[in-house]
Amino acid sequence: MRRRVVLKAGLVLMSTATAAAIMRPVGAAARVLRGGAGKWIARETPPPVPVDPSKRIFFTPQEENLVKAIFDQLIPADDLSVSASDAGCVVFIDHQLAGSYGKASSRFKGGPFQEGTPEQGDQSKLTPADIYKIGLAEMNDHCRKMSGKAFEELPAPQQVEYLEAMEAGKFTYKTIKSSELFTQFLTNVQEGFLSDPVYGGNRNMVGWRMIGFPGARYDYRDVAELKGQRLEIEPVSISDRI
Amino acid sequence: MDYTRPKADAVIVGLGWAGSLMAEELTRAGLNVVAIERGPWETTSVNFPPAIAADELRYGVRREILKPPSVETLTFRNDSSQTALPGRDWNSWQMGYSVGGAGKHWAANAWRFSVADFQMATRVRERYSNMKLADGLIVQDWGITYDELEPHYDRFEKIAGISGKAGVINGQVQAGGNPFEGSRRNEFPTPPLVRSHWNDIFHDTTEKMGYHPFPIPAGTIGGAFRNPLGIELAPCTYCGFCGFYGCGNFSKSSPNICVIPALTQRSNFTLLTECTVLRINKSKDEKTVTGVTFLDSDGNIGYQPADIVCVSAYQLDNVRLLFLSQIGRPYDPTTGEGTLGRAYNYQTMSYGFLYFENEYMNPFISTGALSTQIDDFNGDNFDHTGLGFLGGAGIQALSDQGTPLGMTDRLPAGTTQWGSAWKKAFAHSYQNYAKIQGQGTSYSHRGSYLSLDPTYKDANGQALLRMTFDYNENDRKMSSFVRGKIDDICKQTGAKSWETVSFPDKHNSPFRPYDSSHTIGGAVMGLDPATSVLNRYQQHWDAHNLFVLGASSYPNNGGYNPTGTLSALTLWTAKAIIDNYVKSPGSLMR
Repeated sequence: MRRRVVLKAGLVLMSTATAAAIMRPVGAAARVLRGGAGKWIARETPPPVPVDPSKRIFFTPQEENLVKAIFDQLIPADDLSVSASDAGCVVFIDHQLAGSYGKASSRFKGGPFQEGTPEQGDQSKLTPADIYKIGLAEMNDHCRKMSGKAFEELPAPQQVEYLEAMEAGKFTYKTIKSSELFTQFLTNVQEGFLSDPVYGGNRNMVGWRMIGFPGARYDYRDVAELKGQRLEIEPVSISDRI
Repeated sequence: MDYTRPKADAVIVGLGWAGSLMAEELTRAGLNVVAIERGPWETTSVNFPPAIAADELRYGVRREILKPPSVETLTFRNDSSQTALPGRDWNSWQMGYSVGGAGKHWAANAWRFSVADFQMATRVRERYSNMKLADGLIVQDWGITYDELEPHYDRFEKIAGISGKAGVINGQVQAGGNPFEGSRRNEFPTPPLVRSHWNDIFHDTTEKMGYHPFPIPAGTIGGAFRNPLGIELAPCTYCGFCGFYGCGNFSKSSPNICVIPALTQRSNFTLLTECTVLRINKSKDEKTVTGVTFLDSDGNIGYQPADIVCVSAYQLDNVRLLFLSQIGRPYDPTTGEGTLGRAYNYQTMSYGFLYFENEYMNPFISTGALSTQIDDFNGDNFDHTGLGFLGGAGIQALSDQGTPLGMTDRLPAGTTQWGSAWKKAFAHSYQNYAKIQGQGTSYSHRGSYLSLDPTYKDANGQALLRMTFDYNENDRKMSSFVRGKIDDICKQTGAKSWETVSFPDKHNSPFRPYDSSHTIGGAVMGLDPATSVLNRYQQHWDAHNLFVLGASSYPNNGGYNPTGTLSALTLWTAKAIIDNYVKSPGSLMR
């Protein structure tokens, strides 16, 4: 008798949608959403954690000095803005390299690895963190051998010449192509200069002010009809803590 | 632990535009529907409010809203003599990774295809009987006409609150719209947005040249609007964080704000999130399918039986799932036989990049679809006699670039990319750069196809999809023609300098900036099982209870974004299922 009750109850459960949750393994039920059964709860998207500019978490002090010297030639101080390092771009890339960007977490890492055609894209195993660690060391060695000085000790005009030759791919490093290393630096310094200040760069929204980008304003209905004129909109960040 | 869920009337694989529209139709008709989505449920207030969404580094550059290649990518090669290699980094393939799919991060260009796009084989026979097509070009009709699809376009536009200006209503040309469009029964549900300064310049220039500029149809909603499902939509704010971003204003049409709120109220709808469908299960006699097998987020294998299976993932994943399930006959490029993976096509792009001298374009006042277009050289809107190619492009002034990281290299030719000179040039160019996009048609070719990769696998050990694609002779001739037209317009705009590009001048690469995300075809619809995977109802020829929804059904691409058409096709298929299939299951071709 007892067994029959259990069986019968089981059959009823089997025929309803709630049975699914019961039959599913522990923990998975929350990810089944049913219509007409109240609010669907979304998985949280956390806001970015503001970068603490006093902390270095990826570079050694030597690496940091070299990156600062490179970045400050790519975006130098002049009448348009402060330098890249004063805008926080070195802090920015230091924190980026320690995180998911540095680890290339979004990249497909399945093998086998082999060189392809230019159309097939980067097939290298190196992550951005690897490129910086290896690339900075190889650049430092190369520069010292070539000029007898560290890059950061060179006078500014020679630093510019060195970077121009890198950009043109004229130097041969052991592992990394000099033009690719240059592109990596240029991409990242611009990211630091022009992304939201919450990530440690673009301090005081200096990059946005230079070009007149209003940042995270998110609503231009008031000014959409004011065409072809200078609008002078004070930029805002998604974070008010920097 | 393996488990079996209670049987559903219908299971839907992937809850983007196609999946959610199908779910809405089927649940409203009383069917018990289970949808399975690979990603989590996401809502405006929790996942992309303005305080989170307005972040170019996170979404525009690091692309956090997309499905990362680490989860699944595809392999690529230009021709079958090469070894395909995986696309390891972000590229032109832009799949969604949460409920809403690509319908959440899309740029909201919400087009109808032109009348001719559905029937190019017939059109060639009737209008260009002497034309010699490029060798190996595949041109075939869809088995459906624009007129058959029109009521479903109309319904989609209302559900999504699409903004725009009609060009032809009930056969009557309307001032300010696209005079070349197929006839519509209604005006757009919401009005077009205010044109950008660059839209204005292009509008005036092309009008003076005798062309017919109009605001493009857009899912950037033109005003407060209550859609037919009773859901309130809001006006677009020109925020500039559009394509690649979720909208924080309830003002970019998406399944999440336009359709799914209705599904949350229906007790005959169940959604399994964070579950990846691994294969479609076949019956013993292989004449029908029985349901789908999926991997849930705890690592367990579930089986969802159903009377009807609708596959509505992204185009590439639709094709891959058919391959992984061994349903249909794979295409063999050496014999030309087989249909699965055949007729892969794309979007053939041309551009003009212009640099003015003393403008304030204010590019931050922007949407993914803030655009003025001419259709004078699109599709078969002009006489191709003697031109030696089919198709054309929508030529548009697109104000979709306003966030700075995507613009640092938008500089006149020869400008240095760094140092004080770059800073000065960039500050100037930010306000003076403009773009003309020629979004071109694509016809497939015998040598372009999709198949399973023999070497590379995803994290679940399943073969990746392999793409073999390059531009064909028709693409090269067509886009060279379009580039010439763009160049003519550039000359008249008052720009100080410009450069024009025709993408088929180089080999195709998924890593080329400004290329399209519109991967098309591979499981196409048609009237002949020898050349199509699906019949004209998007019903599989080999399994009558399997329906495949999406741009995978298109044998060719129009000079338009694909979303409006795949949404209308879904509603067309839903009607056939509800009116005919449910009453009498079997082939709808009878």
